[in-house]
Amino acid sequence: MSEFLQQLVNGVTWGSVYALIALGYTMVYGILRLINFAHGDVYMLGAFMGLYASRWLHAGESPSFGKALVVLLTSMLACALIGMVIERFAYKPVRKSPRLSALITAIGVSLLIENGCVLLFGASPRFFPQIVAQKAIPLAPGVAISNQQLIVIVVSLVLMLALRWLVLHTRVGKAMQAVSHNHMAAALMGISVDRIVTFTFMIGSALAAAAGVLVALQSPRIEPYMGILPGLKAFVAAVLGGIGNIPGAVVGGLVMGIAEVLVTGYLSPSYRDAIAFVLLIVILLVRPAGIFGKAVAEKV
Amino acid sequence: MKLRHGTQLAFLALTVSLFAAGCGGGGKDELVIGEYGSLTGGDATFGGSTKLGVEVAMAELTSEAQGKIGGLPVRVVVEDDQSQAQEAATAVQKLINQDQVIAVIGEVASSRSLAGGPICQAAGVPMISPSSTNPKVTQVGDCVFRMCFLDDFQGRSVAQFAYNTLGIKKAAILKDLKSDYSAGLTEFFGTAFKQLGGTIIAEQSYQAGDQDFSAQLTAIKAKKPDAIYIPGYYTEAGLIARKARELGITVPLLGSDGWESEKLLEIGGESLNGSYYTNHWALDMPNPKLQAFLKTFREKNGGSDPDAIAGLAYDAANVLFACLKQIATDDPGMFKAFGSTKAGTPERKAAEAKLRELIAATKGYDGVTGTITLDENRNASKPLVVLEIKGGKKVFNTSINP
Amino acid sequence: MKRALALGGTLLALVALNVLLPRVTNPYHFQVLMLIGINIVLAVSLNLVNGFTGQFSIGHAGFMAVGAYTSAMFTLKLGAPLAASWSFLPSPVAQGLVLLMALVAGGLLAAVAGWVVGLPSLRLRGDYLAIVTLGFGEIIRVLILNIDAIGAARGLPGIPQYSTFFWVFGTAVLVIVVARRIATSTHGRALFAIRDDEVAAEALGVDTTKYKVLAFVLGAFFAGVAGGLFAHFLSYLNPSSFTFLKSIEVIAMVVLGGMGSITGSVLAAIVLTLLPEVLRSVKELRMVIYSLMLIVLMITRPQGLMGTRELDLGRWFGKRFGGRPTPKETA
Repeated sequence: MSEFLQQLVNGVTWGSVYALIALGYTMVYGILRLINFAHGDVYMLGAFMGLYASRWLHAGESPSFGKALVVLLTSMLACALIGMVIERFAYKPVRKSPRLSALITAIGVSLLIENGCVLLFGASPRFFPQIVAQKAIPLAPGVAISNQQLIVIVVSLVLMLALRWLVLHTRVGKAMQAVSHNHMAAALMGISVDRIVTFTFMIGSALAAAAGVLVALQSPRIEPYMGILPGLKAFVAAVLGGIGNIPGAVVGGLVMGIAEVLVTGYLSPSYRDAIAFVLLIVILLVRPAGIFGKAVAEKV
Repeated sequence: MKLRHGTQLAFLALTVSLFAAGCGGGGKDELVIGEYGSLTGGDATFGGSTKLGVEVAMAELTSEAQGKIGGLPVRVVVEDDQSQAQEAATAVQKLINQDQVIAVIGEVASSRSLAGGPICQAAGVPMISPSSTNPKVTQVGDCVFRMCFLDDFQGRSVAQFAYNTLGIKKAAILKDLKSDYSAGLTEFFGTAFKQLGGTIIAEQSYQAGDQDFSAQLTAIKAKKPDAIYIPGYYTEAGLIARKARELGITVPLLGSDGWESEKLLEIGGESLNGSYYTNHWALDMPNPKLQAFLKTFREKNGGSDPDAIAGLAYDAANVLFACLKQIATDDPGMFKAFGSTKAGTPERKAAEAKLRELIAATKGYDGVTGTITLDENRNASKPLVVLEIKGGKKVFNTSINP
Repeated sequence: MKRALALGGTLLALVALNVLLPRVTNPYHFQVLMLIGINIVLAVSLNLVNGFTGQFSIGHAGFMAVGAYTSAMFTLKLGAPLAASWSFLPSPVAQGLVLLMALVAGGLLAAVAGWVVGLPSLRLRGDYLAIVTLGFGEIIRVLILNIDAIGAARGLPGIPQYSTFFWVFGTAVLVIVVARRIATSTHGRALFAIRDDEVAAEALGVDTTKYKVLAFVLGAFFAGVAGGLFAHFLSYLNPSSFTFLKSIEVIAMVVLGGMGSITGSVLAAIVLTLLPEVLRSVKELRMVIYSLMLIVLMITRPQGLMGTRELDLGRWFGKRFGGRPTPKETA
């Protein structure tokens, strides 16, 4: 029993990371109907930005809560800017193009970021400084959560609640909802669609950057290709929950995280990468639009 | 919108002609040596380390003999295979047919050595794999050699060390599913450990590139092993050690030569204390050749230490240089056939056969990764060392002979 | 009569080039040429699904893997006894026959896989289908990684090198002809109708389900055959050759060539196979430039090099093999 509870703790930690990345996927998809394949790479960039921020602050040598917070925010801000640049130079020109062309562009951006980072940072893994000293907090006999895991879960939760508030209760959030329903109508209502799209990219990228820093915190090895698999899985999580749906992304992420850990622990780790997709196919066969997705007939 | 077909055909023609343009050879006579490795893609560190090791060998050749062997300047052509088997085959084809190399160094991953090996074999060009450990690699034919020990020796040695020296009776294994190297070690360790009287109480796996190992370690912890054997690479080993201590696992961790890297301690930190791993070398060994290599390597690379892959690549390059030098002194006439202007001639074929013969006869070569003797299957037979991690340092513990 | 003549001429040309090319070209160029041929088969077969029918499949590498491993195992297990029993034939012919059987076996199993994936396409549309096909490809790869009999992570070495120029480019010609004939037939019209407006197509009485599954099965069959050719050319298989990046590579060919344009796919397969080779001289910058070019091409020509149109050469092909003139643009 204690083993199962421990696995659950592990699963929730990873689930919250997937959820954070999935949120960016889902928001961009909701607004542009574009699978932003480069999103996983923004997550990787987030980890690297965090690395440079903590070096600059010497956060590794003398860790403090304030410094850790600054590292997180710096990385989020830097990646928000990167997200803006990607949107402006790569995606905006193909916004009116066929969706597959936009997808290939996204894949091109993803390859560009990965290989650019190999040139820039080198391919060998870097060590992310310990900006929070590791401590285990016992929850029950045989079940422990580390303070780093706790930070991952708490920060994810705070960010998700903040996003929810932003989307539901602010002007810009309402504008985002309007744009996701209909670009043309939103434009006619006086909403600057371009600005909303850019803003969405910035928010999504900032969340991915946060995920990058949080992962680096508890598993401090970062390298240019680290975003591929988590990115893919987070996308699956977004589809699982119903793409374009924010609570769906969170639930999808958690389901994926827990399912992966349970498969690894009890069945065989060799099926870890497959379980995400098996789960996906099963759920889509029962609910073709994901757990929370509304079935919408495509253009009639 | 409506491009004329002419434009599209012109685009095609441009690409094709650029491709064809790459074919022209230079007029200068030189010794061209090929190297293929994963400079990009998931295994980019392997290719990068190999390249650095060969670069040190080249730098030494430059300072000793202006980069020349037998009067001919040596040039190393490096090709990237993007960590993919298919690309490795293409890269080797290019090295042999386009650059007309006289020998090939590579690859690290056995899967890509297995893709490149048959091509070298068909062309009669010797290929030295610095660090592919799968037995099948050299079974391709008499043109393929390797500079490292095989997995069966390494797996057996660590089993003996664990059972006899550390007194471990119940071991768990955490292997890398993606790597044939790890699968081989798991098998050899398991067999040897059971023969000695020990039991394997849990076998879990991960995939190279994973960030999270908590599920596997939680499952292993529930079985209460005396030690965990983690055959794999340092990139994961450090993270696994960290997670294991976090989950309250205190037993020693045992590793393989893939652990060797200065990054291991950086990533794993104090969690690694009390762990052991088998390796090709210990950086604190008094071997003067090793110390000279370390010095040059650190100077060239901003003070960072080489990993074993770099060391093996350095040895591979030097074995090759040594054989070439020998031909240059013994038979200068034959040596001329290695020049790039002699590519494709029957003399070149004969010289390549001689080169293969010399590499195969390597005996007691004093390399940075130990004394190398190639056996009749063109595999290196050499001692391994066991390193212990104590107080955040890697310390030589013992040495095991084949 | 004309058709028989064209067939005979093509076969003769293939046999002549088969004998001639390996002798006159440098093996590196020959290898790249063969990879181009295999990529043409992959790109045109994916075009049947993505370009013709407008279904969004990113699991082509999965079908290719099924075909590659099936045909490789066929040759490894049954190849030697089969070839021995045909010892009265000259060895290239006997080997060719073994390869043909292996390719058909690989293609058929891949087609079955295509049928299995085609089924969810009845319920799913657009990106949901895309992610399911992607997932399927990954599941296939993980399964291969777990089957010890076919080498798992170690890969499968020692596959006889039976894929010659004749077989690779013979298959390429075949898949082009099949695609052209479909494009100019009633079935092709049905596929295009589904691509352009699925609801309208259904309203007009097109059995969309049947055609979508048909496109999947046919595309998968040829992807499987391409996998078989790949296996018997490289003589070594490894699951890492069939990651979703391989699928993406093929999609890039289809999109770059122009959705639904067969000659476009052929052209893009040639360009995208050569491009990384051309860029070899720039070393580590290679993949950076490759990805930049992909982005720039997509921004400047989002409809692909060819759009939905065909090259004049295609019209020539159409006359010879399709027996009907090229139809006007469909979009």
